[in-house]
Amino acid sequence: MTSFFEYAIEIAPVLLRGASMTLQIVALAIVLGIALGVLVGLARVYAGRTAYAFCTVYVEAIRGTPLLVQLFLLYFGLPSVGIYISSFWAAVIGMGINSGAYQSEYFRGAIQSIRSGQMLAARSIGMNRRQAIQSIIVPQMLRRALPSWSNELMYMIKYSSLAYMIQTPELMAAAKEMSAQTFRTFETFLLAGLIYLVIVAIVSRALMSLENRIKIPGL
Amino acid sequence: MLLEGAAETVRLTALMLALGAAVGLPFGVLHVYGPRILRVAVLDPIVVFFRGIPSLVLMMIIYFGASEIGLDLSGFIASILAIGVRSGIYQSQIVRGAIQSVGSGQMLAARAIGMSKWRAIRFIVIPQALRLALPPWSNEYAGVLKESSLAYALGVTELMRQGRYIVARTFGNSLLVYTVCAAIYFVLVFLGIRLLRKVEQRFSVPGFDAAPQGRAFFGRDLESSR
Amino acid sequence: MTDLTLRLEGICKSFGSLSVLKDVDLDVNKGETKVLMGPSGTGKSTLLRCINLLDPPDTGRIWLDGREITAKGINVDEVRSSIGMVFQDFNLFTHLTALDNVRIGLVRVKGVDKKTATDMAMEELRRVDLAEKAASYPAQLSGGQQQRVSIARALALKPRLILFDEPTSALDPELTGEVLKVMSRLAEDGMTMVIASHEIDFARSAADEIVFMADGRIVEKGPPDVMFTSPQQVRTRDFFRRIGERH
Repeated sequence: MTSFFEYAIEIAPVLLRGASMTLQIVALAIVLGIALGVLVGLARVYAGRTAYAFCTVYVEAIRGTPLLVQLFLLYFGLPSVGIYISSFWAAVIGMGINSGAYQSEYFRGAIQSIRSGQMLAARSIGMNRRQAIQSIIVPQMLRRALPSWSNELMYMIKYSSLAYMIQTPELMAAAKEMSAQTFRTFETFLLAGLIYLVIVAIVSRALMSLENRIKIPGL
Repeated sequence: MLLEGAAETVRLTALMLALGAAVGLPFGVLHVYGPRILRVAVLDPIVVFFRGIPSLVLMMIIYFGASEIGLDLSGFIASILAIGVRSGIYQSQIVRGAIQSVGSGQMLAARAIGMSKWRAIRFIVIPQALRLALPPWSNEYAGVLKESSLAYALGVTELMRQGRYIVARTFGNSLLVYTVCAAIYFVLVFLGIRLLRKVEQRFSVPGFDAAPQGRAFFGRDLESSR
Repeated sequence: MTDLTLRLEGICKSFGSLSVLKDVDLDVNKGETKVLMGPSGTGKSTLLRCINLLDPPDTGRIWLDGREITAKGINVDEVRSSIGMVFQDFNLFTHLTALDNVRIGLVRVKGVDKKTATDMAMEELRRVDLAEKAASYPAQLSGGQQQRVSIARALALKPRLILFDEPTSALDPELTGEVLKVMSRLAEDGMTMVIASHEIDFARSAADEIVFMADGRIVEKGPPDVMFTSPQQVRTRDFFRRIGERH
């Protein structure tokens, strides 16, 4: 039996292929999540009652149930009404919808922390509501939400491992497959864990430097 | 049958949270009052490790790692260990944040009336910190409840697996079954948070409002698990 | 009446059951500087916000350059872009540099192209002596500088008149001078201004008329020398004496 180190090198290509799938899922899901999050966050502050109620139901339903159930509903549930989604897209959509709910809360909090004078000043120079939201509120909201948003990205990377349970061939699935071949289950999952750890560390470093780069004094 | 699953889910959650509290409280206290070297060399790396590794992977590592050293853990125990300890690390952060927002004046005053450091921690700081920790802790409750669904992967017959069995056995409408599962989770989250809010009110002290610092400190780091 | 810039007629405004403005009439001629004075909470700020329709009046009518802006179907955004507003706490856009704060109205509201807008904005920054701070963010400026940028932001849109809502109240005493200096210069240049302020010295030198308000009404108005030396109403006299003592 080879050493852990040799074994690691041996199975690394397979695990890394899985990791690249993980990153693809996360990237797509996070983009979907931002779009949903910004829209819903704005709607819960500025839109009318119906939109508010609708968005609140969405946010609470998502936050009140496990991601796993949401993925199961998409992948195993929808086929019973004739809708079939591939496991990859089920993972992307499920995680995107999930992340959107959490992100909308970050954005909503960010908007609420912007002082009301900003809106007032924007209106006083003749901007309409839409312009004011677009060019004054949203840019400030995005900057303020960035720290929580970085956190969200870490969560998405970790929780993408759930995609394995709906048969998406990502990092976890690759680890499972390798361990079925080599019977060195513990070491394989340990390695997978390390890969997650490294990805999270790199991404969090990158985001921190981005945060510093686009930092605006006083915001 | 789903209700049996739900009962198992509640058992899992309760044990995970209890293990988490048992780990989290001492860890949190040590993090603030322990020697610096312990914090930098041991506690911080542990926190980084647990925050960077998915709970699912953690479960696998513990489950298969135990059998590697000849210990045959059930899926039930392995899930509780993995998510319980993970939760413990998070809870230690909650405790730490709460202690730090108690304010150093309280500690000074306690020392001034002649309490030893550990007595001051035990009788002055911790009672206040626990009150401050309740709101973020209810968040953690919801997180652990949701994460308990991962025990499915180790074959524990909790709510999700019972759902799966029903679908398989009856060729039933999977959309319906999983929607019911989701609804049960939602109700459990909702009821639990309601209950914890009651507890919060029960232990509230006039003029001791957790709102400003108490709510702020979990905003960034401890947004609940999925 | 050709030089009448602003006319208010019977302005009333309440918030819930609290009646803040009671039947206010006011005329402001082109190039005039009017200073609103009076105890805090008498509705000076509310009056200013009524004028640019940030808080539209409940009843009463407002004309700007002979056009009724309280009429139905008026584009309020366009009205606001032709009335400058300077706030007590500046309200500069936190995420924008001084230059961008001044420029954004030109670009987003007036649709001026970016290059022209930049030139115009720099021009206004020079007018408030802050050209060298163009690239600074609000948090990097002193309160006095922030307020001058916000005056430049108002000026950039070439407004028919500018409203000042206690522009120096949030400033440390040593910083009020620079702001008042800019405002005095604007008054000399013939800008039409309505200013809520407690600055007696500034009012004495720059105002064409002092408008004394109390409890949501205009109690008395007149030229500064008359108002400060021999006001007709008891309330006015009391108020100016108390303010005088503080100085």
